[in-house]
Amino acid sequence: MSTMTSSESITDVRSAIAGGEATATEITERYLARIAEQDPRIHAFLSVDREYALAQAARIDEIKSMGGVLPPLAGVPLGIKDVLTLEGFPATAGSKILEGYRPPYTATAVRRLADAGAIFVGKLNCDEFAMGSSNENSAYGPVHNPHDLDRVPGGSSGGSAAAVAAGMSLATLGTDTGGSIRQPASFCGVVGVLPTYGRVSRYGLIAFASSLDRIGPLAANVRDAATVLRVVAGHDPMDATSSPLSVPDYTADLDKGVRGMKLGVPAEYFAEGLDPEVRAAIESGIEKLRAAGAEIRNISLPHTRYAIPTYYVIATAEASSNLARYDGVRYGFRAPKSDTLASMYRRTRDLGFGAEVKRRILLGTYVLSHGYYEAYYRKAQQVRRLLADDFLRAFREVDAILTPTAPTPAFRIGEKSDDPVAMYLADIYTVTASLAGICGVSVPCGNSREGLPIGMQILGRHFDEGTVFRVGQALENAIGR
Amino acid sequence: MPETEKVSLEDVRRVAELGYLELTPDEETRMQRDLNAILGYVAQLGELDTADVVPMAQVAELLDNGGDVHSERAFLLRDDVPRPCLPHENAMAAAPETDGVFFKVPKVIER
Repeated sequence: MSTMTSSESITDVRSAIAGGEATATEITERYLARIAEQDPRIHAFLSVDREYALAQAARIDEIKSMGGVLPPLAGVPLGIKDVLTLEGFPATAGSKILEGYRPPYTATAVRRLADAGAIFVGKLNCDEFAMGSSNENSAYGPVHNPHDLDRVPGGSSGGSAAAVAAGMSLATLGTDTGGSIRQPASFCGVVGVLPTYGRVSRYGLIAFASSLDRIGPLAANVRDAATVLRVVAGHDPMDATSSPLSVPDYTADLDKGVRGMKLGVPAEYFAEGLDPEVRAAIESGIEKLRAAGAEIRNISLPHTRYAIPTYYVIATAEASSNLARYDGVRYGFRAPKSDTLASMYRRTRDLGFGAEVKRRILLGTYVLSHGYYEAYYRKAQQVRRLLADDFLRAFREVDAILTPTAPTPAFRIGEKSDDPVAMYLADIYTVTASLAGICGVSVPCGNSREGLPIGMQILGRHFDEGTVFRVGQALENAIGR
Repeated sequence: MPETEKVSLEDVRRVAELGYLELTPDEETRMQRDLNAILGYVAQLGELDTADVVPMAQVAELLDNGGDVHSERAFLLRDDVPRPCLPHENAMAAAPETDGVFFKVPKVIER
């Protein structure tokens, strides 16, 4: 199956509406029709609200007909990962425990998109509570990769990546805790952005691991991803971890190229376990950036191999604490007919959570429990600092770092679902940036012989998204779309 | 790092109890197997000498202590002033059982 990503860009849509060549209603109808046609095979959407989308579109058309100024995302059809709240709309987080829940408030990132004129076409499928690397952990069934329906789209933002890849949304919001935007972007052949920790407010995000969770855009090209990030980024008093640093116009320097830039290639990301076709594609992408004028330097990030164990201790510890709130009392599912409160808690959580969520709650509870805290949790926090220091040291020498996003192209549905450690290794190149809090992007960098997309991960300094977008744009230009 | 220590079925039951999870006997066995596999993998952290390393809990620690080049403060706490909160009615709307004022739960006895 060939790539079905829309060739339309955000700029195209906005200028078509501004120039009177199309109405927001027509564009929205077209995307809703595309969803109706494609999604029965792909299952990227958990809910679609046609009426709401068309009402939003009508508002844009009204602004246009009254001669008003069109907002930056006017008429742009977007999908939202179902871990983000939109007041009155479902927010399942891919879990049975939140089935039927209608949140009473809207996430800041979602509100900023709405204020910018975006049209929400629906909420997107994901691994339960964003825990997974294949989207097979959704309580509502897996998402299929649009490039090969027998394969996973990656996870946990699998629906967010597949919706863009299949042309069902121009861009989407995903979340990334250990690779959950970048890895599905790589598997589905789209651009996925991990903004710096603190760049985008998490108010209204259903939490998994709070020292790691981030919200970011996925889109068909670098410019669109940069445009959406600019809209959602910036300080929010409702999230104490959101940064007051000003948000630059990421699109302003996008075309300045990589001439004179120093780009690092870490040896540890090209070691054992890397699929030969992925290696070849990434090495070829690196050569293209060299040809475009970048200085390529070999670097070392010596603690890389400790990143996955560190991540799975910290992320599960935080998850066990965050998920304590699902108790059947205030919202969501409650197991019927319990005699006592304690039994109601246990039965609600037993019936409401899937296997991977339970596994992570147990692991997180274990590593935080008496007698193990020092050996596991504190140890992991110490190694986290070593991993972050690796990056801080590297960024004294180079402006950005180039790696594969994932060790393989998209794997088959069911291939790893019985082996948690094998599944966790799908995140081997992405968890490091998550732990260090730095920014990054995955950009399409060729295909395997079977036609499966391969993504290059470009990592940058804290709050230096502008540089990673610039390198991403140079790669996109060199690869050709 | 307790490399030789294996997670017993008893450990699984203990953490399930702490995490308010009720596991079936099948689930207990599977979780024991998986926890041992994952913790076996995690044991490699023991190779690193971290005696002098300060644990890192938050990304902000890297940015606000001169670890990076920013002169602007990267993170700030908002002023602690009371503000209107979610109306009671909206907050109660999603509750499985309520009398309109309070959340209702089954009887509370010592567990």
